[in-house]
Amino acid sequence: MSRTFLGMPGTVSMMGYSGKEGFPENAAKAVRNSQLRFNLRKATGTIRGRRASVVGELPDWPDLRQAGKAIKDHTLRNLDTYLVELEEAVTRAGGHVHWARDAAEANRIVTDLVKATGETQVVKVKSMATQEIGLNEALHDEGITAYETDLAELIVQLGDDWPSHILVPAIHRNRSEIREIFVRHMSEWGRPAPEKLTDDPAALAEAARLHLRERFLATKVAISGANFMVAETGTLVVLESEGNGRMCLTLPETLISVVGIEKLLPTWRDLEVFLQLLPRSSTGERMNPYTSMWTGATEGQEFHLVLLDNGRTRVLADDLGRQALRCIRCSACLNVCPVYERSGGHAYGSVYPGPIGAILTPQLRGMESELDRSLPYASSLCGACYEVCPVAIDIPSVLVELRGRSRHPMAERAGMAAAGWVLNRSGRLARAQRMGGRMRRLVPKRLPGPLGGWTDTRDLPDIPKESFRDWWNRTDGGSR
Amino acid sequence: MSARDVILARVRAAVEGVPDVEIPRSYRGAAPASEGLVDLLAERVRHYKAAVHVVAETGVADLVAASLAERRARRLVVPEGFPEPWLPAQGFERIADEPRLSASDLDTADGILTTCAVAIAETGTIVLDAGAGQGRRALTLLPDFHLCVVRQDQIVANVPDAVARLDPGRPLTWISGPSATSDIELNRVEGVHGPRILEVVIVTPAAT
Repeated sequence: MSRTFLGMPGTVSMMGYSGKEGFPENAAKAVRNSQLRFNLRKATGTIRGRRASVVGELPDWPDLRQAGKAIKDHTLRNLDTYLVELEEAVTRAGGHVHWARDAAEANRIVTDLVKATGETQVVKVKSMATQEIGLNEALHDEGITAYETDLAELIVQLGDDWPSHILVPAIHRNRSEIREIFVRHMSEWGRPAPEKLTDDPAALAEAARLHLRERFLATKVAISGANFMVAETGTLVVLESEGNGRMCLTLPETLISVVGIEKLLPTWRDLEVFLQLLPRSSTGERMNPYTSMWTGATEGQEFHLVLLDNGRTRVLADDLGRQALRCIRCSACLNVCPVYERSGGHAYGSVYPGPIGAILTPQLRGMESELDRSLPYASSLCGACYEVCPVAIDIPSVLVELRGRSRHPMAERAGMAAAGWVLNRSGRLARAQRMGGRMRRLVPKRLPGPLGGWTDTRDLPDIPKESFRDWWNRTDGGSR
Repeated sequence: MSARDVILARVRAAVEGVPDVEIPRSYRGAAPASEGLVDLLAERVRHYKAAVHVVAETGVADLVAASLAERRARRLVVPEGFPEPWLPAQGFERIADEPRLSASDLDTADGILTTCAVAIAETGTIVLDAGAGQGRRALTLLPDFHLCVVRQDQIVANVPDAVARLDPGRPLTWISGPSATSDIELNRVEGVHGPRILEVVIVTPAAT
């Protein structure tokens, strides 16, 4: 089976993290970065509070969540029918539909479409799908420059960095770091940062506005993703905040949208559910500032839709794992995750970080690398992600299932076999407990040899002097 | 096989034998219009730091004139179909999108006046559908100031109401407050690429 590319190739080192190392090694590096931990704690704490308040004000949230889950399950069950229906509707409305089996094919289609326009520059709306397939790098190799226009993506691009959050890709940067990146690198990409730029967020946003304005007015090709596609009408939907999305979707002469096949909704009416679920779960707002909806070629624009598989049909074939395809990329699960809050997004080594990434990445990419095998363990299984998920993806259950599928280390398998042997007979257990009790002072804080992997990240529990059963027998249940 | 056929075949193989599911629609649907919607819309739009005025039909032109003066907006784009009685008699230069304005021309305008298709009280959203008085999508994007006039009968209670009223065949722009970002330490900053100033005028029938 061919490996699916998810934006971060396993052999290329990035940000000091290498795909050869697992999540524990990456996370250990990340948690030593106190600036990162401070930024993450502040940001995730803020957004958790906002989400809770706007979700709490809707009396029918659980009903919307159930409807959202069912609409997605129904769509996935009938995905072939709805994809064909979508293709017909988009084509009828003057758009062109392309199909891409994998990242390489999608990149080739988009590159060819851009080349056909004769342009060498494109503007981009933040899109997970194009990050997933490494589109910017593919375009670069063909002499085409892709300009990211979302503020956070701009920060990431200017800083030659990797996104670390689905919604707020530069969540790991604070204002003074962002100011530094603007002052140093804006001039390499276009209009330089204003003189005497401060680190006031409003001033930084103004700098981004000035930097990108001429680019928006001059660029003739735009590339986007989409949050939803409606099969019935052929309508695409993009939710955003800044207006860079509207700039890209309306001004250029050619629009190319790269969208995962799971982004479908059957009917126009289904949007009434998701336009409530997504903004409230995602930015914690009643509604995001701008939502654009268009059907086919609009207002004289040339429109291409690239439908992307890239491992999705493999996930779809898995009875338990396919629920990950319900994901609407709101990032609520990242913001509540105690592991994400400490490790940050880079440690996950994929454009999909956090709890959803821990189940999506190993399924899309397979579990051949050390990193991908370790991702299902990047969780304490506390279940907060499941609770906030607007489409009720049971992330903990999928994590446990994926853990079972990965090959476990020799020492762990030996340890588990030994534990099974002891626990299987009460006599053996009692003897082992008594021996443990007598030797308790000799047990080291850190286990030796290959067993050390377990104690690297955990404290060894204290062994009691006496087992509960022995205590019960000796004291007759505490009465003696 | 083409990529299309391969993907469709993979999908069919993946979902074969998987049971379908019913979609429960027990969530709140469309709600009846009520008097309270004007106040709710005003409150929710203000929450996004947009200015909101509620005015009787006869007072719209004066209010628009005052607003333009306050914003020092002189060169205004007025899309075709914008109701003439709502325009101030003087004090501004009227720009039409006919022939179609270039993006850089639009960029130099001080502001844009529009109507809307629907407004959603619960979320503080106005929806434009490029219909009469609204013009094409870029008009409300490039100028830094957008003044939108909403008639009371265009206000609906919630999102399901709005979706039912809108035509998916038209290009739609849902606007909830001015352009904003939360990308820097999750502090909300109003005004990035879209209009930094949004003003909403809610028009009630003259009789009330």
